[in-house]
Amino acid sequence: MNLTLHVWRQKGPQDKGKLVTYPAKDVSSDMSFLEMLDEVNDKLIKEGKDPIAFDHDCREGICGMCSSVVNGRPHGHQEKTTVCQLHMRQFEDGADIVVEPWLAKAFPIQKDLIVDRSALDVVMQAGGYTSCHTGGVPDANSQLIPKEIADFSMDAAECIGCGACIAACPNSSAMLFTSAKVSQFAVLPQGKAEAKVRVLEMTKAMLDEGFGNCTNHYECQEACPKGINVKFIATLNREYLKSFI
Amino acid sequence: MILDGKAPTGPIETSWDRSCFDKKLVNPSNKRKFKILVVGTGLAGGAGAASLAELGYNVESFCYQDSPRRAHSIGAQGGINAAKNYPSDGDSIYRLFYDTVKGGDFRSREADVWRLAQVSNNIIDQCVAQGVPFARDYAGYLDNRSFGGAQVSRTFYARGQTGQQLLLGAYSALSRQIKAKKVTMHPRTEMLDLVVVDGVAKGITVRNLMTGQIESHWGDAVVLATGGYVNVFYLSTMAMGSSVTAAWKSVKKGAYMANPCYTQIHPTCIPVHGEHQSKLTLMSESLRNDGRIWVPKKAEDCDKHPSEIPEEDRDYYLERKYPSFGNLAPRDISSRSAKEACDDGRGVGPGQRGVYLDFEDSISRLGEDTIRERYGNLFEMYEKITDENGYVRPMRIYPAPHYGMGGLWVDYQCQSNIPGLFVLGEANFSVHGANRLGASALMQGLADGYFVIPYTIAPYLASITPGTVKDDHAEFKKSVEDIEAQTNKLLSINGKKTVSELHRELGQVMFENVGMGRSDESLNLALKRIPEIRDEFWNNVKVTGESKDLNQQLENAGRLADYLEFAEMLTTDALHREESCGGHFRIEHQTDDGEAVRDDENFCYSAAWEFKGAGVKPELHKEPLKFENIKLAVRSYK
Repeated sequence: MNLTLHVWRQKGPQDKGKLVTYPAKDVSSDMSFLEMLDEVNDKLIKEGKDPIAFDHDCREGICGMCSSVVNGRPHGHQEKTTVCQLHMRQFEDGADIVVEPWLAKAFPIQKDLIVDRSALDVVMQAGGYTSCHTGGVPDANSQLIPKEIADFSMDAAECIGCGACIAACPNSSAMLFTSAKVSQFAVLPQGKAEAKVRVLEMTKAMLDEGFGNCTNHYECQEACPKGINVKFIATLNREYLKSFI
Repeated sequence: MILDGKAPTGPIETSWDRSCFDKKLVNPSNKRKFKILVVGTGLAGGAGAASLAELGYNVESFCYQDSPRRAHSIGAQGGINAAKNYPSDGDSIYRLFYDTVKGGDFRSREADVWRLAQVSNNIIDQCVAQGVPFARDYAGYLDNRSFGGAQVSRTFYARGQTGQQLLLGAYSALSRQIKAKKVTMHPRTEMLDLVVVDGVAKGITVRNLMTGQIESHWGDAVVLATGGYVNVFYLSTMAMGSSVTAAWKSVKKGAYMANPCYTQIHPTCIPVHGEHQSKLTLMSESLRNDGRIWVPKKAEDCDKHPSEIPEEDRDYYLERKYPSFGNLAPRDISSRSAKEACDDGRGVGPGQRGVYLDFEDSISRLGEDTIRERYGNLFEMYEKITDENGYVRPMRIYPAPHYGMGGLWVDYQCQSNIPGLFVLGEANFSVHGANRLGASALMQGLADGYFVIPYTIAPYLASITPGTVKDDHAEFKKSVEDIEAQTNKLLSINGKKTVSELHRELGQVMFENVGMGRSDESLNLALKRIPEIRDEFWNNVKVTGESKDLNQQLENAGRLADYLEFAEMLTTDALHREESCGGHFRIEHQTDDGEAVRDDENFCYSAAWEFKGAGVKPELHKEPLKFENIKLAVRSYK
């Protein structure tokens, strides 16, 4: 198949960027989206041009490093799929494809499709843990956690921290990301001791880092490659209110 | 030279406890005077950095990804072993120790494996305390599953994302220490050199991947937890940025590389489908709990739809050859059997390099919902890549490079032959011998990070004065100059081939000649081809852009340059080891029915190689292996 790409090119954080058009010829439908970009890049390199910079690492949809908006949607249009797992058979021959970086105030663009997501690490450092030291902990089966609770916690814990929820949100809110971590711990006996301080510290860090608030658009859930449910935002809100009681 | 691993002697059951008691300690008020550099933030590095910081040491942590949470431990799917014996099916620390030594085909150090088995139980407790949501039953107890190479259920798991959940646990512990200002985090920073002053590791040289600046960092000790090297095969299950660079630069500064020829080719990966492919995707070996592996008995059936091949015309070759372990035979054996079936002309799918993994029986026995509950994410992943539905049509799988059992040589304290350089996790060579069993990599990474290095680094630190060498030392300046010279050279070649084209060439040579079946002829061919590709690289590679900028081509070029030297050492090791063991199969050394033949008389040692220059044969140092607890025996899974 043959495609026309319109890719955001930006030299550095202080530079002005623009969409640049590139042809992508003889693309196999079995290729992943990033393998298609690899081929375009190899061509650019041979022409002596600067290849398109984009973040990627595991290419298995789990590390959360890849981060491109494809035709206006974070990670592209396929449901529950990171852009590294998006395959070209999802596109029509002859299609125009627009590729942009995550766009959010808290994610400054570094180069082309690469943004700085360290704000998410700061939110995690504010309380995304149980304060246990290495060693000196009880036997793993000493506190029973029924399957439904463990499953609820695991559903939240699946978040890969890619930031697609923020890129999709009209407010650039990090509520889905933050709520996933708050919810994972809130239901576990190990996480309950610090539940109050955790929700307060993490939501404060979220606002301090420049993320917006939630106004229930649910775009985050649509964009999430792991299918993290907005019910966790409700859990976060409940935990937040509980912290004042 | 004969190397000494300095493992404790005496009864194995008390070896680790005795060794801990005998170690010198650093008193709490002195700990804050030391600075430790930890490179890599996977299970070993993340857990190690967090635990050392909790003890009071000042830690600087480095990773090339944009966040420590993205290290490739995150890709591990199936589970983590521990000798908890919760199912009461006969497990014990001794059995885990036994299975791991046997699974490694008697090429690991007994005391190190014992320690691993002993602390395995602490790991599960630790992770649960961190809020890792392991699978549980309705009553709230932890659930277990089975893995290859074991006849007990000792594997703990979190759906098909166990590595992710364990890594996020380590990342949360690390985040807490970053917040407490005991760890300084350097993301998007790649180690490009080890700085050695008077024979002792005193720091590292790194490249800031965002600005291209070359920076020096001093430390009282350097801990490498930089993962494995199987991207030397180009197509592998490793992350794209995973490299041998940190380890190889240490080798070039005098560290020994042990047993690099022990490479694991994992049996359950999605087959290669085209020339443009950039990486291979693994599906957890846990699928073998419920999936049955087969190929058609007759070559002419290979192009048929699998449902058209009747039961009597299917060859369930693992069940046939290894009746007691069946589809749960260890990885090396399963991979080799798949290759044999395909070599025999009975492979399926494109290029006939694939075998079926069939869930029909399990689905009719347990129902599709149960299978979806256990492996749903793997079936989804399979469908995204192949466009086929694994619930209705058997999956196609083929082996892919997955893990390097070899790595930097370390003694019992995880210290390399360079004092002050410690190596953890996949980056070292210590516990898996010639073959790693499933669910053991996560166990080793976390064991080394949480429960080994905090103890074993203390005697070294207690023996030195902190802060004696800083980054104004001449060796740091020289290291920066060397890196800048290499960078400028790479950017000035301006040839015709891209880095990925040359990497693919190297990978093809390695997979075909130094892969699952190795011969004197194929290895010598590889030793001829590798220097040719290396020469072409240094004369004909094209790297665009600038050094003082975000430049991903330059990053890749540096990594490939190191693989092109390392590949030769790996192949040299494979050529010298005239026996078959674990992941190293020499076709000259097999029984009539194709089983590996080990040579304990001549090769019962770890081979530690000393670098003597690119293209020069490395020097071999041997560490003899003694088996005092587990009798050397032919490994049988029949």
